[in-house]
Amino acid sequence: MAVTELDSSVAGTSGQTATKRKRPKGKVRVYDHVILILGVLLMMGPIIVAFTTSTYDFVTIHREGMQLGWGGNFVETYTNVLYQEGGFTGEVTGLLMTQNSLILGIGFAVGKIVVSMLAAYAIVYFRFPLATFSFWVIFTTLLLPLEVRILPSYEVVQQLGMLNTYSGLIIPLIASATGTFFFRQFFKSVPNELMEAARIDGAGPIQFFFDILVPLSKTMMAAIFIIMFVVGWNQYLWPALMTTEEGYFTLVRGIRNIMQQMIGADIPEYNEALAMAILAMLPPALVIIIFQRMFIKGLVEQEK
Amino acid sequence: MEKAQFKSPWIPYLLLAPQMIIIAIFFLWPAAEAIRSSFYLEDPFFGNATWVGLDNYRDAVSASDYQRTVWFTVLFVAIVSLLSLALGMMLAVSADRVLRGKSSYKTLLMWVYAIAPPVAGLIGVMLFDQHIGPLVDFAAMFGWDLRIGVNYWDTGIAMIVVSTWKQVPYCFIFFLSGLQSIPTSVKEASAIDCRSENRRFWTITFPLLAPTTFFLLILNITYAMFETFGTIDQIVKDQPGNSPVTLVYKVFRDGFRGNDLGGSSAQSVILMIVVLLLTIAQFRLIERRIHYT
Repeated sequence: MAVTELDSSVAGTSGQTATKRKRPKGKVRVYDHVILILGVLLMMGPIIVAFTTSTYDFVTIHREGMQLGWGGNFVETYTNVLYQEGGFTGEVTGLLMTQNSLILGIGFAVGKIVVSMLAAYAIVYFRFPLATFSFWVIFTTLLLPLEVRILPSYEVVQQLGMLNTYSGLIIPLIASATGTFFFRQFFKSVPNELMEAARIDGAGPIQFFFDILVPLSKTMMAAIFIIMFVVGWNQYLWPALMTTEEGYFTLVRGIRNIMQQMIGADIPEYNEALAMAILAMLPPALVIIIFQRMFIKGLVEQEK
Repeated sequence: MEKAQFKSPWIPYLLLAPQMIIIAIFFLWPAAEAIRSSFYLEDPFFGNATWVGLDNYRDAVSASDYQRTVWFTVLFVAIVSLLSLALGMMLAVSADRVLRGKSSYKTLLMWVYAIAPPVAGLIGVMLFDQHIGPLVDFAAMFGWDLRIGVNYWDTGIAMIVVSTWKQVPYCFIFFLSGLQSIPTSVKEASAIDCRSENRRFWTITFPLLAPTTFFLLILNITYAMFETFGTIDQIVKDQPGNSPVTLVYKVFRDGFRGNDLGGSSAQSVILMIVVLLLTIAQFRLIERRIHYT
């Protein structure tokens, strides 16, 4: 904004060159729009084709390829995916998988926020002998993503008898320290005077936490919740190993089975596979779009 | 500045307990197990374990399959991280400059971040499908017979395309917020000094974005190494034998499908060291961060 205004005011000082200078500026803007429209087509194109194709019947898709249009099978395909009992044991529906995905997404986000806020509060606001040690233990979890220690993690959860349970699905994912670092950073930026004032007024550590720190962190908590919900919803490898009973499948986990069914089929049910993909992306996408500002704030804050 | 602190003999431990217990059970225990079993040869059926020292490492590293995977991973990670950086930056610079439709562009470009890697992989598999995929038809127009799952490099290219596509929005978000945090005074001063928009970008904007770029580079490398698992799993389907895979996928495959516990653990430990180096790089970078504002 400011640059453009300045450009024209500089140009305005000499009338003769003003018209000359206006032209390249116009070009730049067209160029920017072209780049952005190409970018939008590139990012949206695959999703649009996936959606439109999912409204056709699979014989048409098999014969004529992916479609850009309205196939008219929308209601039928999506009701099938949501309500038809599929899988080997026939006890899982799209609706049930959506419910499991929600449990995983919300459980993961809430668990992570609670656990990491408490830990960060201890590290920032208390002086105790093992503070530095605890910090480094938490730090080491950044070194080893779940994907790398997947086999031993699976064995531990198996030994604890937590396979095919929601707690076994959610708790091991909470082990990483990203949330703790985030809140630690935020607590450090809270002015010292607040705590001193609270202490003078006779507030203890627990009262300070609930009456001052939690209300102050509301925006941060919301931002983290949005990010962690999406991360939790999108988990794939861990649920794929952990849940062998179809009643615990999440939508993203279900994608794996859909692919395996497609390999064996004569004419794969492309439409239902794509409808599953659309259903699996819809809730996190909506959350991000609706809470866009908060989401970006939370994401970018990680860099600080 | 020293933070004012509470003193209590037990409250901090109580607060830390949930996190510490979870870390001990679901992180330290498995990690120690991975390191331990990397030195043993384990029989998957009888559970006997023999101490073999560094044999697992030697076997893993010297296998030609492993070396091929390393090269593919390096190439894959490099292309995905750099390409998504470049595309994200290009789009962010344009989105920062336009006056009309800024927020619509922003929303449309960023929301793909929400899509899970395996979901992206599934859509990619369809787009690159031999029978129904429009991208295969498109490649055929240039005389390129694109065969995913058959031809090693064609499969690799599909993985790179899908993984990059999924990461562009992430880079876009960071670059756009980086661009918007450049002070107006700096923009105005540079606009007075230099008329060429292009030159202004390379001499002023680009250096100011350098910290964001480095930060994103590390994140992109981590993404390409670990989070692409779902995408790769979808694209290789059930035939990982003749398809390119990344090191993380190989750890999983050797451990679960191949039942090679020791070899898989040794590979895990090697990856651990790579992540350790990446984390050190990241922290040194943050320490050295120059703040211009």
